Amino acid sequence: MAKPSQRISWYPGFREMAWLCLIILYAPLIIVTIYSFNNSPSITIWKGFSFVWYNEVFFGPEAAKFKQATINSLTIAILAAVTSTVIATLSALAMIRGRAFRGQAVTFGLINLPLMVPEIVTAVATLIFFASIGFERGLLSILLAHIVFCIPFAYLPIAARLQGISSVYEQAARDLYATPGQTFRLILFPMMLPGILSGFLLAFIISLDDFIITNFVKGAGVETLPTAIFGAVKQGIKPNIMAISTLMLAASILLVSISYLISRMGNNRD
Amino acid sequence: MRKITMTLGAAALAMSFAQSAAAEKLTVYHWFEYIPQELLNEFTAETGIEVVMDTYDSNEALFANLKAGGLGSYDVAVPGDYMVKIMNDEGMLDTFSPSELKNFGNIMDQWVNVDFDMGRKSSIPYQWGSTSFMVDRNVYSGDIRTTDIIFNPPSELKGKINILDTAGETLAFASLHMGFPQCSNDRAQLKELSKMLETAKADWASFNSDGAKDVLASGDAAAGMIWNGFGAKARAERGSLEYSYPDQGYIVWMDNVVLLKDAPNRDAALKFMDFLLEPENAAAVTNYARYTAGVKGVEAYLDPELVTSPENNPPADAPAGTFIEVCAPETQALYDAIWTQLKK
Amino acid sequence: MAGWITKGGHGAQTSIVDGKQHILLMPAWVVIGILLVIPVLVMLIYSFLTQDFRGGVIWEFTLEAYDQFFIDRGLFGDDPPRIEWTYIGIFWRSFLQALFAMVFCFLIGFPTAYFIATRAPKSRSFWLFLITIPYWVNLLIRTVSMKFLIRDTGPLNNWLMSWGVIDDPISMINTNFAIQLGLFYSYLPFMVLPIYASIERYNFALSEAAADLYSNRWTTLFKVVIPAVKPGIIAGCILVFIPSLGAFLAPDLLGGAKNFMIGSLVEEQFKGQSGDWPFGAAVSMILLTIIMIILLFYARAQSRDNTGGH
Repeated sequence: MAKPSQRISWYPGFREMAWLCLIILYAPLIIVTIYSFNNSPSITIWKGFSFVWYNEVFFGPEAAKFKQATINSLTIAILAAVTSTVIATLSALAMIRGRAFRGQAVTFGLINLPLMVPEIVTAVATLIFFASIGFERGLLSILLAHIVFCIPFAYLPIAARLQGISSVYEQAARDLYATPGQTFRLILFPMMLPGILSGFLLAFIISLDDFIITNFVKGAGVETLPTAIFGAVKQGIKPNIMAISTLMLAASILLVSISYLISRMGNNRD
Repeated sequence: MRKITMTLGAAALAMSFAQSAAAEKLTVYHWFEYIPQELLNEFTAETGIEVVMDTYDSNEALFANLKAGGLGSYDVAVPGDYMVKIMNDEGMLDTFSPSELKNFGNIMDQWVNVDFDMGRKSSIPYQWGSTSFMVDRNVYSGDIRTTDIIFNPPSELKGKINILDTAGETLAFASLHMGFPQCSNDRAQLKELSKMLETAKADWASFNSDGAKDVLASGDAAAGMIWNGFGAKARAERGSLEYSYPDQGYIVWMDNVVLLKDAPNRDAALKFMDFLLEPENAAAVTNYARYTAGVKGVEAYLDPELVTSPENNPPADAPAGTFIEVCAPETQALYDAIWTQLKK
Repeated sequence: MAGWITKGGHGAQTSIVDGKQHILLMPAWVVIGILLVIPVLVMLIYSFLTQDFRGGVIWEFTLEAYDQFFIDRGLFGDDPPRIEWTYIGIFWRSFLQALFAMVFCFLIGFPTAYFIATRAPKSRSFWLFLITIPYWVNLLIRTVSMKFLIRDTGPLNNWLMSWGVIDDPISMINTNFAIQLGLFYSYLPFMVLPIYASIERYNFALSEAAADLYSNRWTTLFKVVIPAVKPGIIAGCILVFIPSLGAFLAPDLLGGAKNFMIGSLVEEQFKGQSGDWPFGAAVSMILLTIIMIILLFYARAQSRDNTGGH
C-alpha cells in the first residue's frame, strides 16, 4: 500500500477504538488468569501469588472427575476432528476440482448447514432424534453430533487452500501418465496439507469447546470439560474453576498459534 | 502427518475402549453438591465399583429427565419424600427386600414406615432438613421470622432476593405464606396465589437453586430461599447471614436414595445403599452437607458444631415444619400451570 | 497467476475427480443428512405431538404446543382465548438483544477492522492474530470470565469503589444489561474478522479519487468505503445476530434465569423441570424458521448485488 493512501485512509479515533476492542476482548480473560493464582479461598480478595488452585485441580478430591472429563473431551475432539477433516477433504475435492454438477449449490448449502442452524436448535433436534430411535446417549452420541458441526469448520480452510492451488500441477502429472490416485497422493495432497492441518485444528478446537450440543446429547454421568465446568460454575465461580479455565485458555491459544503458523508456512511456500 | 493422525486416532480409540472395559460401575443421579467426592472414592476403594455421577437441581428436573429417556441408564437417584411417591406411582422404582441390605436395621425407626414408602421397599433415608430462607443481617436488621421477607419484601431487600428454582418447594412455601392448603382445588385461591407470586416476582433478582448458596455468600443477593444445610455452608462463608424459621411455617423434607427401575447395575446399587447406611458414612454426608441423617449411631462421628448450629436447631417457639403433599394429577396440573406462568 | 489455465482445467481437460464426485461427496451427504437434516424433520414431527405428564411424549397429533405459544387461555385453560404475549415477548426481547449486540459490535468492530486493514502487513497480521485468539477461546470460559468481572463483589466494582468513582457497587449481574454485555463480548470477533476481510480487498485508490473530488474524510467513509465493503459488514452482522438470537450461556449465566431469552426457554423444556418436549420443539422450529427467512433474504440480496455488479 502506498503512503498517500495511508494518509487518506486515516480516521481520527479508529486507533483508539481498536485498542478499546482489544481491551474489551482480553480484560476478562486476563483477570481470570490473574485470579487463578490467588492464594485465597475467597475468589475476590487478593492474597498473594500461589499455585494452590492448580494443585487442587490436579491433586484435589475432584481431580479424577476432571481427568476423566479431559480424557473424554480429548477423545471426542480427536476422533471428531479426524473424521470431519477426512469428510471435508473429500468434499472439497469434489466441489472445487470436479466439473459443475447438478445439486452443487444444494450440496454447498448442506455442508454449511451446521453453521446456519443455531446451536440450540441443532442440540434439540439431535437429542430428539437420538431419543426417538432409542439410541443410547453416551460418548458415541456426543461424537456423532460433534462430527456434524465440525465439517464446515474443517471444510472452509481446506477449500480455501484448494482454490489457491492451480490445477496445472495435476495436469502436468496426468500428462506424464500418473494415475488419479498417484496424482492426488504425490502432488495434490502435499500441496493441500497446510489447509488440511489448519482445518483439522479448527475442528479440534470447535469440538473441544462445544457446550450446548454436548450438554443436550450427553448420557448418564458422561462429562466433557465444558459440561463439567458449567456444572461447577452453576454453584458459583470457585478458584479451581478459574485455574481450569486458564489451562483451557492456554491450550486454545497454543492451538490457534500452531494453526496460524501452519497456514503462514503454507502461504509463504507458494 | 497422516501416520501421526492415524496413530492419534488409534490411541484415542484405545483410550475410549479402555474406559468402557473398566470393571463394575454404578451410575448415580444425585442432587448437586450433596455427597463428598472423598466418600465416593472410598466406596470405589472398598468395593472396586467405579462411580459416575450426574446431578440435578430440583425434584421436578430429576423426574422430567428420567421420564424423557433417562430411565435404564441410572442405578440410583435421591428424590425428596413427595417425589418418591410420585415416581413410585409412575412405576419408576424397583423394589428390594430388607434382607438384601445387611444394614437395613440401621435405619432409624421413625423413618422406616413413612407414608411415601411404607416399610422402605424402594428407598432408604439419605438426609432430612428444612427449606426456608436466609437474610443478610448487614442489609436488613428488622424481623425476619415472616415469609413476607420473600413474598412481600421490605424496601431494603427488594431486587436482591434469590428464589429456589424448584416448583414443588417454592409453590408449597408460597401456599404457607398465604395460609392456603397445598393441594387446593379452589379456583379463587389458586388465582390469588398466582397473582401474589406475579407481584412478588417483580422484587426478585433471580431463580437459582445450585447457586443459592453462592449468591448469598458472595453478596449478590441479600435474601434468598435456601435449604438449611446449604444455608449453614453459606453462613460459614458470610457470617452475617441468618436462617429464618418463619411463623407462617416452613417446609421439612427427607431425601431418599431410591433404587431405579431397569437399573443396569442393581447389585452395585444395593451395595451403595448399604455403604450409605453405615453410620460413619452417613455422618460423613451430614458433616459435608450439614443436614441430618436418618441412620442410627451417627452421633459419634458428627461434627460437634452441627449439634448447636442455628440452621439445625429451630427456636423453641417456631412452628413445626410441613411436608410437601402429593396432589392428584388434575390438581398438580393446575400448580404446574401456576409455575409455568410464574417462570415465563 | 495461472488463472486461465485453472479455468481451462475445469472445462476442457479432465480433472482427477471427474466421475467420482458423488462417491467423494457421499460421506458428507450421509453424515449431515442423517445427523442434521433428518433430526430437524423429526423435531418438526415432535412439535405436533402430545406432551405426557411432566416429560415424555404421547404419539398423538395435536397443535397444543403451537397453541400454547400463541394463545393464552388463562390459568385453568377455559378463559376466552387471547393472544399470548409472553413467548412473543421473549422472542421480541431476544430479537432486540441480538439487534443491540449487532449494533454495538459494529460500532466497535468496524473501526477496529478498518484500523487493522490499514496497518503495514507485519503489524496487520499481528493485530489479526490478537483478534482471532478470543474467537477460538471457549465461549463458556469467556462468559464465566465476564460473570466474574461484573458481579457486585467482583473486580470491576471493587476497583471503581477503591478509586472513588462510585460509593456502592453497581448491580449489573442478573440484568438485561449483563446479557447485552455478554452477547456483545461473545460475538465481537465475529464482527471484526469478515469486515476486515472486505476492507483488505478494498482499493484505496477509490478513497483517493474521492478526496481528489473534494469529498471530506467522513463523506468518503460513508459514501465510498462502507458501500464498497458492504458484503463484509452484512456477513459480520449475520454472524453476530444469529448466534445472539439463540444464545443460551449469556442469558443463563449473566441473566439469572429470570430474564428469559429464546435459548433459555428452549433449554428449560428439555433440561429443566417442565419436560415439555413438544413445546421445546415448537419453539425451536419457530426460531429456525425466522433464521431461515433472514438467511433467505440475505442470499437473495447477495445474488442481486452480484448480478448488479457485472
